[in-house]
Amino acid sequence: MTETQLGPTPSQTVGPFLHIGLTWPDGADVVPEGTPGAIRIGGVLYDGNGDPVPDGLVETWQADPEGRFDHPDGEASRGAPLVPGFRGFGRCATGADGRWEVRTVKPGAVAEQAPHIDVSVFARGLLDRVVTRIYFPDEEVANARDPLLAEVPAARVPALIARPTGLGELRFDIRLRGEGETVFFQI
Amino acid sequence: MTLSRPVGYRSAPDGTHPPLDHPDYRSTAPRAPSQPPIVLPHRLTEVTGPLLAGERIGERDHDLTTQHDGEALGQRIVVFGRVCDSDGRAVPDTLVEIWQANAAGRYAHPGDNWSAPLDPNFTGGGRVVTDSAGNYSFTTIKPGAYPWSNHHNAWRPSHIHFSLFGRAFTQRLVTQMYFPDDPLFAQDPIFNSVPDPKARQRLISTFDLAATRPGWALAYRFDIVLRGREQTPFEEPHD
Repeated sequence: MTETQLGPTPSQTVGPFLHIGLTWPDGADVVPEGTPGAIRIGGVLYDGNGDPVPDGLVETWQADPEGRFDHPDGEASRGAPLVPGFRGFGRCATGADGRWEVRTVKPGAVAEQAPHIDVSVFARGLLDRVVTRIYFPDEEVANARDPLLAEVPAARVPALIARPTGLGELRFDIRLRGEGETVFFQI
Repeated sequence: MTLSRPVGYRSAPDGTHPPLDHPDYRSTAPRAPSQPPIVLPHRLTEVTGPLLAGERIGERDHDLTTQHDGEALGQRIVVFGRVCDSDGRAVPDTLVEIWQANAAGRYAHPGDNWSAPLDPNFTGGGRVVTDSAGNYSFTTIKPGAYPWSNHHNAWRPSHIHFSLFGRAFTQRLVTQMYFPDDPLFAQDPIFNSVPDPKARQRLISTFDLAATRPGWALAYRFDIVLRGREQTPFEEPHD
């Protein structure tokens, strides 16, 4: 079987000028403006020196509030969209201050997993994307049972849980390297 | 609970993707994570992904030479190819985004301070969706090489940035396409960050005389291979 397989195309960095190709006017809108129950999730992308990364891109992918995906492989969990205009996907380039933010709704639990958002980070100096997950602070019971969090050393779990910073506002900083380094996953 | 572990996607063979920590490319030092990544077994969130198609595409997004009042300067080229997975199966209806420097090697970007001229008729961003057989095609100009500060007398070989979604979060790929026989390959730490020399060759497009548009544009073929499934799921009934 392996001999008939084609070699995958290697990854390369997005470089510093990714904005020309990868920014959309509505990139950060996982749900449209005015969506009831919308929340804002964002933070700062930091490098290993503790400096903000001004030329990165954060992308998010998540289930809808019922834990469903509008995708053929999510067939069993599919249904009429609960949230009009829900895209599931968000993308936000970091600003000069390293900040990124998306507008979304909280995802539902997906099978036995706690509610979560998959995240890709791209930047100059990253030869491949790095992948992490955002979990929610008000899901203590579900988080404690989550099969992926169970694989993460306890001391590093807090780095995967967003912090509430206001009504409908969550903060999730991403530290690429060094103290408080975000947990990254190999997928 | 039976649905919690769908069929995942195969990892690329060792040496396919660059290591995050690659000292020859200096910017990796402060940005590459120091801890090894934790394995994330593929579940529903990973085997699904945004199926972004035509709604993202503007009228001139496939032709970077005609996005302004005048024509872009430089050597007109067609860049085309097929997107498939490592089993050779076409990846249809998937968004392909590109960006590049102009013919002089300058990006239309406020962060690019190189003194090469800007071209008011070239922005350098393009977007298409693959057809039902996984094929895509752009018309653009050949980007120029440009110097950067990575090491003494460092120059990036001509390249076009590519971004692909595939059909699943796991298939997401951002890469760069290069041109055949570029004398700058040997000194470029980004191109050479790919450990396996054979995998590295897959970043280089091929000149395709048959696809050339006579009297108009040269043509380069760049086929892109995304990860395939771990094992073939049972065939679904045909549409």
